[in-house]
Amino acid sequence: MKLLNYATSYFAGLLLVVISVWAALFYFNMLDEIYDSMDDGLENQKILVVQKATRDSTVLRQKEFEAGYFSIKEIPFTLAVHRKDRYQDTLMYMQNEQDFEPVRMLTTVFRKEDQYYELRVITSMVEEDDLIEDLLYSLLWLYLGLVGSILVLNNLLLKRIWKPFYHILQRLQSFRLEEAKTVPVQKTNIEEFQLLNQTVEKLLQQNVATYQNQKAFIENASHELQTPLAISLNKLELLAESQPLHEDQLQQIGSVMENLERLTRLNKTLLLLSKIENRQFAQEEPVPLEMLLQKTLLDFEDQLSYKDIAVDLQVQENVSLQMNPDLAAMLVVNLIKNAIVHNVNGGFLRIGLSKQELTVENAGQEAPLDGAKVFTRFYKETSAATSTGLGLSIVKAICDLYGFRVAYGYRQGHTFTVTFQKAVASV
Amino acid sequence: MKILVIEDEPQMLDTLVRSLKQEQYLVETATDYESALEKVGVYTYDCILLDINLPGGSGLEILEELKKQQKTEGVIIVSARNSVDDKIQGLELGADDYLPKPFHMAELHARVKSVLRRRKFDGQHLHQLQNVQIDPDKHQVWVAGQELVLNRKEFDILLYLVTNKDRLVSKTALAEHVWGDYIDQADNYEFIYSQIKNLRKKLKDCGAGIEIQAIYGIGYKLVAA
Repeated sequence: MKLLNYATSYFAGLLLVVISVWAALFYFNMLDEIYDSMDDGLENQKILVVQKATRDSTVLRQKEFEAGYFSIKEIPFTLAVHRKDRYQDTLMYMQNEQDFEPVRMLTTVFRKEDQYYELRVITSMVEEDDLIEDLLYSLLWLYLGLVGSILVLNNLLLKRIWKPFYHILQRLQSFRLEEAKTVPVQKTNIEEFQLLNQTVEKLLQQNVATYQNQKAFIENASHELQTPLAISLNKLELLAESQPLHEDQLQQIGSVMENLERLTRLNKTLLLLSKIENRQFAQEEPVPLEMLLQKTLLDFEDQLSYKDIAVDLQVQENVSLQMNPDLAAMLVVNLIKNAIVHNVNGGFLRIGLSKQELTVENAGQEAPLDGAKVFTRFYKETSAATSTGLGLSIVKAICDLYGFRVAYGYRQGHTFTVTFQKAVASV
Repeated sequence: MKILVIEDEPQMLDTLVRSLKQEQYLVETATDYESALEKVGVYTYDCILLDINLPGGSGLEILEELKKQQKTEGVIIVSARNSVDDKIQGLELGADDYLPKPFHMAELHARVKSVLRRRKFDGQHLHQLQNVQIDPDKHQVWVAGQELVLNRKEFDILLYLVTNKDRLVSKTALAEHVWGDYIDQADNYEFIYSQIKNLRKKLKDCGAGIEIQAIYGIGYKLVAA
């Protein structure tokens, strides 16, 4: 729910309570006032009737209301004593309405020539249910009117007031660390928003600076490692060539070289990963995947035949992906290399390409891997000494970059599936 | 052959110079931008190994200077910054090759020889070793005048070992050169053995005067039989 509407919903609830309480108070007050004035009227009529009765005794014969607004009845003294004026609501049949309608009746007693009479004066009264109905409708209109005005006010006025806030939200939403460009600040007179703007701006700048530093650090660290690695490796090569060396000495040198080479690969791969994540592969073009798969399989043919792996490439449709060609090659190479390295002798490698996805399935150890960890850096299922544990991280990083989904599953073999649709669209 | 090595890291320079001298090249050095520019301006070299990050300036500026002077030196950029931009810029400025650090000496020698061959012999130079002749462009090998038919991988291995004759070539260097960069994470290089075995047999069968020695734990060495 939007902030503006959230406030409005509270207003609406509060108004409902306030208006209901107000309506009740108003209703009873008004009723009280009406009764008051009716009773005054009845009192006045009583005096008029009594005065008239003293002059004209025919009045005393009006036993029922009939054409008049009063009736008079003789009563014995015993009933007359201690009688006070009594106002009450009652019903009478009204000819015009053809129904019983409420009336206000004053019952009083007066004396004429030692004879007591009971006088009842009536006046037609407001119909309470009609009054309540009318009041309810007017209140409903008032309520709706108020809520409507608040909505309009919120949407016009408050929206304008909160505009800087929404602008900040939009800035934060569109903010990408790696792009390091920020949407310009919108000026505002409201102190809180100015503060918010400043704080957000400072936070973003700090983040960008930290990120840039980190990026530069990783890159520099990797670059700085290259030279000592190069020197060590080349010096060892020179040492290995210097004669004469025993076989076991050569073997030691060879082992050190192997480890240095491994370190070199690790370093290169980390550098590559940070480059992918920093989006340093900008240039894009349509890359036909079938050709890329065939070329990669050709590059690996010696390893495939050495391990006696049966390759099955099924292409339903030759898909071209809009991406950086080097990254596309790295994606395919790492998937296939992974499938070869972790394959068994005489195993299989099944590659399927359709419009939606690329699947690479390979034979391997007969147990599913931990799907949650398989793409994390340095995760190694087997203790393959020369494996960097970064190949699938590269696959993941490239997929993330282009919004592809990559998943691991275990069917007849270990299966890696890259789904080309944007991750959001296909969920 | 005269080679200029422009490199600011003294140990790296030392290693490069030693290794190049083993190949009987005349090696000169420069360790900063100024002295490099001076040497490039005064002397003429057959090949220049150029580091990009130099004290006092960029190696790319030296390339520009060479281009301005219309010098025809073969230039190989040797850089610790394995950056696509540097590579593209370097090659556009007329460099012949780009070799990211760290590299194997065998690879450096192969690249240097390839540059020299293109620059100095207009690509007409055949490798001759004992009774074996190799034409790198036509992918052809002759042993005692008889053509020896090799598949592509076998040919690449032979050429690489011949360019690095009498040197120890590590199996990683060989694998990366012949099977490409992507091979570098393969779990082992055992698949290389079968190719080497075939190549050895073919060389032996036709009586070639060279042989491939296996140096246990490291790699291979091609020597005169």
